[in-house]
Amino acid sequence: MREDLAIIQTLDFFTPIVDDPYTFGQVAAANSLSDVYAMGGVPITAMNIICFPINTMKIDILREILLGGLDKMREAGVLLVGGHSVEDDELKYGLSVTGTIHPDRVLLNRGARVGDALILTKPLGTGIINTALKGHLASEALVEKAIRCMTELNKKAADLMTQFPTVHACTDVTGFGLLGHAAEMIEGSDVGMVIRSASVPVFHEIKEFVEMGIMPGGLNRNRKFRMEMVDIGPNCLPWLVDVFFDPQTSGGLLIAMPSKEAEVLVNKMHDKGIQDAAVIGEVVTEPKGKIIVS
Amino acid sequence: MSTKIDARGLSCPQPVLMTLDEIKAVSGGEIEVLVDTETAKENVSRAATSQGWEVADVAEEGDAVRITIRKG
Repeated sequence: MREDLAIIQTLDFFTPIVDDPYTFGQVAAANSLSDVYAMGGVPITAMNIICFPINTMKIDILREILLGGLDKMREAGVLLVGGHSVEDDELKYGLSVTGTIHPDRVLLNRGARVGDALILTKPLGTGIINTALKGHLASEALVEKAIRCMTELNKKAADLMTQFPTVHACTDVTGFGLLGHAAEMIEGSDVGMVIRSASVPVFHEIKEFVEMGIMPGGLNRNRKFRMEMVDIGPNCLPWLVDVFFDPQTSGGLLIAMPSKEAEVLVNKMHDKGIQDAAVIGEVVTEPKGKIIVS
Repeated sequence: MSTKIDARGLSCPQPVLMTLDEIKAVSGGEIEVLVDTETAKENVSRAATSQGWEVADVAEEGDAVRITIRKG
């Protein structure tokens, strides 16, 4: 728009992953806003997009979803300026978000450099928990934890991240899982990655689900698609490999930046209540285009 | 005698849950599970192994896959 001002426009919507409509609205909105945060931008306005089976579902449900979304927009300091609804057999909700950013400060999901550390800001496993929830296997406590994670805006993490001009790349971990998004970060470049499995924040309660085969379909697809780029070391626990491919809903930020500053950023995140943020690995010279999970 | 489960057309975790239910109901023997997605095939096999059952056979039948699991 100007030399010092660009706009970001995003759109994201999906089908319910939790039963409670208000919570679903919150998760969908947090997920939609995350695209702007991951680029280092500031969301300013949003529009609702909703597909709703008006003939078979109570209008109260629609209201609750929109209220959940609105509350997250308020928390983000975003103004709801409109929206569009469509009658559909299957319920879907999300936002189109407009944000601002300095054109020179746009963070892309690629561009990680040798010497960078990788930071992940939320624990992994929400896809597996959502699958277990469908089968009535997940405990209430675990579901609550997952919901807290999915409704948490990436705003605080992004606000802290953008204080560092040395961030080289950032993405939010969503449908492709940690390793899928990490692979995108180095695909076609001349660097590789090491991810230390023991340092990655995960919901440890999901181990039994993984071992029982309670996993979403997307996980297998992610693994098939990216396994060629990944080397699993002998010290990585087998169940964690699946978790690293688990498709996330409203997942955390994956940030690549020089390792010294990464330590500082993670400490700041801990101070601000982003307890799970951790340095999970680094960008290396060899093997090029590959991810070693140690 | 083997029990049969038809989990075609069902999405995860349903095929796994049906298999686990059956495993709980019978103490051993043979169970055949019919699935039609790659994910269900892998997850059902894993579910069986996790409960101490052995995957005896995986056979493609048209668009479906018949997984035979066994114990004892």
